[in-house]
Order: sequence, then structure tokens, then C-alpha cells
Amino acid sequence: MSAAAIPYTVEPRPDTGLNNVKIGIWLFLASEVMLFGALFAGYILLRVGDPGFGHGSEELSIPMAFVNTLVLITSSVTMVMAWASCMRRDLGKFKLYMGLTVALGGCFMVIKYFEYTAKFHHGIFPSTSTFMAIYFTLTGLHAAHVLAGMIVNGYFWLPGAKMWETNWQQFTNRVETSGLFWHFVDLVWIFLFPVLYLLPVPYAHP
Amino acid sequence: MSEHDHAAPEHAAHEHHEELSFWRKYVFSTDHKMIGIQYSVTGLLFLFFGFCLMMLMRWQLAYPNQPLPFLGWLFGEDRMPGGIMLPEFYNQLGAMHGTIMVFLGVVPLAVGGFGNFVVPLQIGAPDMAFPRLNMLSYQCYFVGGVVMLSSFFVPQGAAQSGWTSYPPLAEVNPFWGQTFWLVGMLFLIFSSLLGAVNFITTIIQLRAEGLTFFRLPIFVWAQFVTAFLLLLAFPPLQAAGVFQLMDMVADTSFFMPEGLVVSGQLASGEGAARAGGGSPILWQHLFWFLAHPEVYVLILPGLGIVAEIVANNTRKPLWGYKPIVYSLLALGFLSFIVWAHHMFLTGMGSTMSAFFQTTTMIISIPSVVILTALILSLWGGSIRFTVPMLFALAFLPMFGIGGLTGLPLGLTAPDIHLHDTYYVIGHFHYVVAPGTLFALFAGIYYWYPKATGRRMSTFLGHLHFWPSLVFMNGIFFPMLIQGLAGMQRRLADGGASYGHSQEVIWLHQVISFSAWGLALAQLPFVVNFFASLRSPKTAGENPWHATTIEWAAPSPPPHGNFATVPAAYRDPYEYSVPGEAEDYLPQFRPAEGAAAPAAVPA
Repeated sequence: MSAAAIPYTVEPRPDTGLNNVKIGIWLFLASEVMLFGALFAGYILLRVGDPGFGHGSEELSIPMAFVNTLVLITSSVTMVMAWASCMRRDLGKFKLYMGLTVALGGCFMVIKYFEYTAKFHHGIFPSTSTFMAIYFTLTGLHAAHVLAGMIVNGYFWLPGAKMWETNWQQFTNRVETSGLFWHFVDLVWIFLFPVLYLLPVPYAHP
Repeated sequence: MSEHDHAAPEHAAHEHHEELSFWRKYVFSTDHKMIGIQYSVTGLLFLFFGFCLMMLMRWQLAYPNQPLPFLGWLFGEDRMPGGIMLPEFYNQLGAMHGTIMVFLGVVPLAVGGFGNFVVPLQIGAPDMAFPRLNMLSYQCYFVGGVVMLSSFFVPQGAAQSGWTSYPPLAEVNPFWGQTFWLVGMLFLIFSSLLGAVNFITTIIQLRAEGLTFFRLPIFVWAQFVTAFLLLLAFPPLQAAGVFQLMDMVADTSFFMPEGLVVSGQLASGEGAARAGGGSPILWQHLFWFLAHPEVYVLILPGLGIVAEIVANNTRKPLWGYKPIVYSLLALGFLSFIVWAHHMFLTGMGSTMSAFFQTTTMIISIPSVVILTALILSLWGGSIRFTVPMLFALAFLPMFGIGGLTGLPLGLTAPDIHLHDTYYVIGHFHYVVAPGTLFALFAGIYYWYPKATGRRMSTFLGHLHFWPSLVFMNGIFFPMLIQGLAGMQRRLADGGASYGHSQEVIWLHQVISFSAWGLALAQLPFVVNFFASLRSPKTAGENPWHATTIEWAAPSPPPHGNFATVPAAYRDPYEYSVPGEAEDYLPQFRPAEGAAAPAAVPA
């Protein structure tokens, strides 16, 4: 595509101070906020409306979720380190931290897998109760986001890193962008953990 | 499919990029103009298909339970045995008519088509900010459309629960049709999300030099607000769609209350497949949180198109540019807090109703401001009655009727009477059909010379416009009367079995003949659209003597759009400037003594 290039793909536009990708990812995250906002709104409405709701959090494994919380927070730290290594032009460090980020994401997914299968072995499915429906839907969608983040980060870790040589600045922008997404996914979990695992049965319905 | 039908704009001599293969150029194109044309042609085909569904329904409504002449055998024994339409099939047609018209027809044409083609040109950009995302957006839309269409052929046919898909009805209706509907919707929502990110980024980042926000054409403003609505209002429906899909495939009970009995069988609760405990009202809240902003997604691009055409054909600046812009922004914001006026009859309580009545009354103010500004723009202008202007002028009263008939629906007391009657159908169709669709036709006639370099026939344009105007009103005005008489919508026999409908039931035949007449009235448009592709390329860069930046590009614009980097030197609608030789002063014409524009770097 040799015709007039699209401006501000890498360099920021002077009057907005941002490049296209930065605006794009923030807009995307805004829509993600609305998506998870609606999911949480559904949770609230069902929790308030269903007398049988809430008897379910005691079925979930708080230790596993706690470990997963630590895993995700750590992966957010390594994500920032990967981006910082880009900024310092240290390819070796970048490879290390990005690899760690992807690996921690994988670790989260493995623990989630054991959590899910443990539920299935006990005969607990999404159809069991409204709480379990919410639990599986919200954590399932969150896991899909983790998987998507792992795929993107994995691409930048291995084949995508070739761009380091050809356009280091754009590559760094890309890592920053996927980092923003990764932190968002992490943040969603920070809400999911207390809401699903820690909140006790609220009050006795008449 | 569709994109192949469209004859390619031939390459201009000064084009400066390598030849692309057929597939890269027409099917997997990343050029905003080709994607815009893909969206437009696909959207027009879906509009036609959705209209065909409606014409079938109009037979059943005008002549309930009589065999369809000539075509009845076409639909098979499980849909129309002996040519007589089964109620189940009528419900499929109704649900899919609404879904297709809104999500596969009007929005893709207005946003995907016009937005993609016109916005980068109007802001002087070489393309959208994210061309590959743009392509992906069209492809998701296409897949969603294919899923929707294929749902007619799954066991027991397509979705039957209206375009609103209210549970529990939607979830106890046949499984495959509803599941296909949900999957199709998820694709369409993803498509519009990608498009929205792209539009907003493009408008913020790729404006030409000198093109400040308050120099943007109204159409760009309209698309900007629309994109925010798509970005922020669609995700809750995505969430609701996921919930309902879980209800369908995993037997959860998000929207299924406990102890629901369907056809004598317990559908949810102890001993049934589902646990129950969900809330049908939750779906309505999430659905209308999207679907009310969606109304503004349907109308705002149309308003933008009409504003462009009114300014161009009155040969004077728009009256009240800034009030229009502020009204667009106000509409965008307010459209997020009026959704529950669709739900007055759910028993949500008078406190909620009072709030949503108030916001609904408030949102009518910016709408009226925009309409008033457009009407006042006509005052004192030397109006050119071109074909686009005819459609734009007809838009004004049609949208006015559509808007004003909405006021009684926004107040709880009259809504109790009018809810779910033909009055509602008449109201929103006045907004969308003779409203938005006329605006979109106006846009097609207006920008066709830009997209092809060729002019459309004025005679055929008139032959399209006048009968369409008559038949549109012949369809929708009687519906207002029927609805005031209390005739309910969504009845497969059109209300023939209800006593209170009898006095107005003859109007069904008036409506049906108007609908079939409207179909005939579209023939001149189809002929005009394709025959004009063979006319000589005489349009030139600026056939309408317009002022906005898209008219600085060659017609059709080459890849990269502009021969020289455009810049904006003044406001968008500088018509009839005193002291100028011509009656238009383009936004892109350099001021006296300004530096010559730079050549596009190859």
C-alpha cells in the first residue's frame, strides 16, 4: 500500500498528543467497561431479586481464587516490566518479561481449569442455580479475555518481535497497547474475586 | 455476493499505486471507499429482503388465511400449507423483518456505508485510521447476516419472538431459530464495535489541517455521536445476548422466573431442566439500554445527510450550526437515560416511570431544535429542487410526524392505551422509513456522482420520489388510526378475531396495496442505480457546487483519496458569501495569499 500513508499511526498528533492506537484501545476498553458493567448489573439485579441467590459462594474455592489473584497481579507487574524493557531498548529483558507474562496467564488458566472441573465433578453446572449461572458466565467471559490477551502477548513475544528491528517505536506502542488491555483484564478479576467468592449470603429472605 | 455486482470505478490516470488482485480490491479490501460500497450494497440488498418479508406479511394481514396467489407454493408445506400462512411462519417473518431492517439494513447502510465512504473524505483523510479493522468489521457484519439468513432453514425456522426477543417467550420458542438469532447478533455487535472505535479515532486524529471540530460538517458530527452510541450502548446487549445464549444452550435461568408453566409443563423450578430464579425484566432493561440509543443510531446519520443537502441546495449557510451540534451531543447523552419508556407496562413502578417520562420529554427538545434549524435554513434560500433535495425536504415533515407521534408514547397514561398497538408501528416507521430511508436515498443521489464519477437520471429520480412519498404515507398513516382504535400489533390475522378492530380492519388492505405500490416505486431507483453506471463520466469533482472537502477529491477518488493534501480554510457551509464571484466558497479553497497545498508524498 504505497498511496498516501495514514498519519499518526506511530507518532502522536500534535494537538491531541496521542497516536491512533492509543485512542483506539481506550475506546475499546470503554466499551469493555460497558460490557462488564452490564454483566455486573445483571449480577446485582439477580442477587437482589432471587431468594435462593448467594447460596453458592460457599461452594467456590477461595484459596484457588486467591492464588489466581496473585498470579494475575504478578503478570500485570511483568507486563509493565516488558514494556519498560522496550523503552530501555533491552530486547533480552523484554523477551524474559513478556514470556513470564504469557506463562502467568497460562498458569491462571490452568488453575481455572481445575476449578471448573472440580465443580463439574461435584455435579455443579451453570444450570444448577442463578449464582452458578452468573459464576460460570462471568468467569468464562473473563477467561476468554485472558486467553485473547495471551494470544496477543504471545504474538509480540515470539513472531511479532521481529518488528523490533524494523520499527522499534511502533513495536513499543503495540506492547503498551496490549499491556493496557492486559491490565484491564486483571482489573476485571479484581472485581470478580470479591463479588463472586468473598461476599457472604447477604440477608435472610422472608 | 453483493460487492461483485458493483461495477468498479475505473482507475484514474494519475493513480499511483500498484494494481491489486480482484480479491484484494473487491472482497478483502482495506480501502474505506470499497468497504463503504460493500456495506452499502449489502445493506441495500438486506433492505430489499426485509421489505419482501413484509410484503408477504401484508398479504396475510389484508386477506387473513387466504392462499397467497402465484407464490404460495414457493414456501413449502411446513410454512404455508396450501399457500396459507401458518402463524408460526408469520411470527418468523415479523421477527426477522425487524431484525434485518434495523441491524442488517439501515444501520449498515447509514453508518457502515455512508459513514465509511463519506467521513474520511469530508475530513480530508487518506483512509480510516484502522483499515484492516475496517475490513474485519464488514466481514463480521457479513457473517452475522449469513447466520441470520440461514436461520430460516434450520428445524422449525427462524426466530419467532419479535426483534426484541423478550424472554421467557424467546426461550420457550423453537431452539435453533432463536440460537441462530443470538449468534448472528453477537457477530453484528462485534462488527459495530470495531466500526465505532474506527470512526471515533478517525474523526479525532485524521482531520485535515485547519479542520477544527467546529468546522466539521454536520454529517461528520452526526457520525461521531453515532459512533459513541454504538460503542457504549451495544455492549450491554452483548452481555444480554450472552446471558440468553447461556439460557438456550446451558439451561441457565438468567431470564427464566421460578415456577414458569408453559403449555401445561413446568419450564423452570424444582424438577424442571432449569432452576429458575431469573428475571425477564432484566432482559428488557439490557435490551432497551441498547435499543433506545439504537433509535438515534438510525436517525442521526440521516439528519446529518439532510443537513448537508439542505445547505447545498438552499445555497446559504445552515441556520444554527452550533445549536445543531450541541443538540446532537445532547441527544447522544440523553439517549442513554430514556430506555425504560419502552417498559411502562412492566409494572416497574411510578417512581421509575416518572423519571423516564421526564427524560423522554427532555430529549424531544434537542430533536426539535435540530428540525427547527433545518426548516429555518430553508427561509429565504433560493432552493434548488434537485432529486437529493426532494428526498431531504420530504424527510423534514416525515421525521416531524414520526417524532411528534412519539410524545404520547413517552407519557405513561396514553401509553397504557397505545402500547403494543399499530400506533407504535406507525410512529417508529415514520421515523425510520419515510424519515431515515428518505435521508439515505437522498444521500445516495447526492454522493453517487462522487462514488462513480457519473450522474444519476433526474427523471427516474422524480419517478422514484413522488410515488414513494405517496405510498409511504399510505402505509403508515392508516396504522396510526388503527392503533388509536386499539388494534394490537403482532397478531397473525391482523386483529380479525377482535371486535374492537372491526371498524378499522379494512385499512389493512389500503396499507397492503400501498406497500406493494411502494415496491413498484423502487423500480425506477434500481434501474437508475445500475443504468447510470453506464452513463459517461461527466460529474467532475464538484457537480453540486458544494463546499465540503469531499468535493475536492477526484470522482471517483483514487486510493489515498486526494491529489494534494487538503486543508480547511473556513467554515463548512460558506454559500452565497457577499462579494464572491460564485455562490459557493469551498472549505478547501486556500484563502488569498495562503501557501499552495503540498503534494501528497508518494
